[in-house]
Amino acid sequence: MNQVDNPMVRFENVTKRYGSHTVLDKLDFEVAANEKVAIIGPSGSGKTTLLRMLMTLEEIDDGIIYVDGEPLTHMLDGDRLVPANRKHLSRVRAKIGMVFQHFNLFPHMSAVNNCIVAPLTVLGLSKDAAYERAAELLDMVGLGDKLDHYPGQLSGGQKQRVAIARALAMRPKIMLFDEVTSALDPELVGEVLKVIRKLGDAHDLTLLMVTHEMGFAKEFADRVCFFDQGKIAEQGTPEEIFSAPTNERTIQFLSAVLETG
Amino acid sequence: MMFEWDWNYTWEILPILGEASLVTLQATLLGFVLAAVLGLAFALLRMSRLVYIRWITTAIIEFIRSTPLLIQIFFLYYVMPEFGLTLDAMTAGILALGVHYACYCSEVYRAGLDNVPKGQWEAAIALNLSPYATLRNVIIPQAIPPVVPALSNYLVALFKETPLLSAIAVLELMQTAKILASESFQYTEPITLVGLYFLVFSLISAALSRQLEAWLNTRHGGSR
Repeated sequence: MNQVDNPMVRFENVTKRYGSHTVLDKLDFEVAANEKVAIIGPSGSGKTTLLRMLMTLEEIDDGIIYVDGEPLTHMLDGDRLVPANRKHLSRVRAKIGMVFQHFNLFPHMSAVNNCIVAPLTVLGLSKDAAYERAAELLDMVGLGDKLDHYPGQLSGGQKQRVAIARALAMRPKIMLFDEVTSALDPELVGEVLKVIRKLGDAHDLTLLMVTHEMGFAKEFADRVCFFDQGKIAEQGTPEEIFSAPTNERTIQFLSAVLETG
Repeated sequence: MMFEWDWNYTWEILPILGEASLVTLQATLLGFVLAAVLGLAFALLRMSRLVYIRWITTAIIEFIRSTPLLIQIFFLYYVMPEFGLTLDAMTAGILALGVHYACYCSEVYRAGLDNVPKGQWEAAIALNLSPYATLRNVIIPQAIPPVVPALSNYLVALFKETPLLSAIAVLELMQTAKILASESFQYTEPITLVGLYFLVFSLISAALSRQLEAWLNTRHGGSR
């Protein structure tokens, strides 16, 4: 197990079940600040669930998740850890942003309004400040000329870039990318990956991405984790995982993916 | 007896009915505003995380939907004074119409709310929006436009039920027509005119609602 000093994210003995099916099984997992982690694995291996639990979209059944040194799923009551209430969840998850496979943009708002609604209502920014920041971010993702376009008027790749700008507008320390290119036409994947690459260079961000883009994971990530049946079956640098995997399941998975990909 | 339409009498009563129609319109609009607002409140309460709030709201809605509007009107006007709540006829009528139709509207809103994709709620959580901001900025603006046609059907339905207020002597169209007829013993003209009035206004509001629907559909560059 990789031990990291002052991890930005720490899963401690986390279990998630759906009925009798165990999706994540006593998972221990740490991510260092500013680390870029790619999570790969067959479908149903629990990798998306991992991100969704971190975003508080799913409750955990056992264990604790820590974010930036404090518990996310729990809070201190005296010296005892109890399940977090709404207020605590809201305060801690403010450090996390997420981009979804299916964009989940607000269809009734223009691109720029998608990016200012949360800064206005949650961070309490002024309209001008929020607009300026949103315009800056949309420009950064290459959509400076599409501020007033509605999601219905944008391509999939453009929508996903708006979604990235929208998440960044909340100034997260951690960004979660959940198969963000899986719903895109192949010719649009590149423009989204380009933006993510830019984030890796320019921002003070911890990045966790569930992905099927093995090529991108290989050149972009600091660490690759291979998930299988609710556990990390193997993890290491991209070179270790892609060039010299040791786990039988990793070898099978990679040969299957790389053959078809 | 030969059927005869008395034009002189028609012109004589038309302004009187015109005035009464304002009362009908007022009852319709105020009743519907109440129905639209209270209906949304009912629909949201039925989504509460607290099971007993959901249960109580559902029970109230089922109770109101399962009893006749006329009885509710009578109840508010004649029975509530026994409990110390005396309402004038118009207020009692508007209240009864509004609350009754709020229950129908709440079902419509509920369908609209259920149709907002789960991903929209999740995006709101990921952006850390409060529950209130989520409903106000994200969910309700998407839930309502698709159900506007259904809501406007209830507006027309409510409008057509306003003659029930004649039962507690609100001087709306029907009550006025009845009074005119009983004075002149000429029923044909006043009752026909009232029928025509309802027909014309129903047709107008149906046309308006189609316009509104078309406008709602073309905004924002179409669908998601």
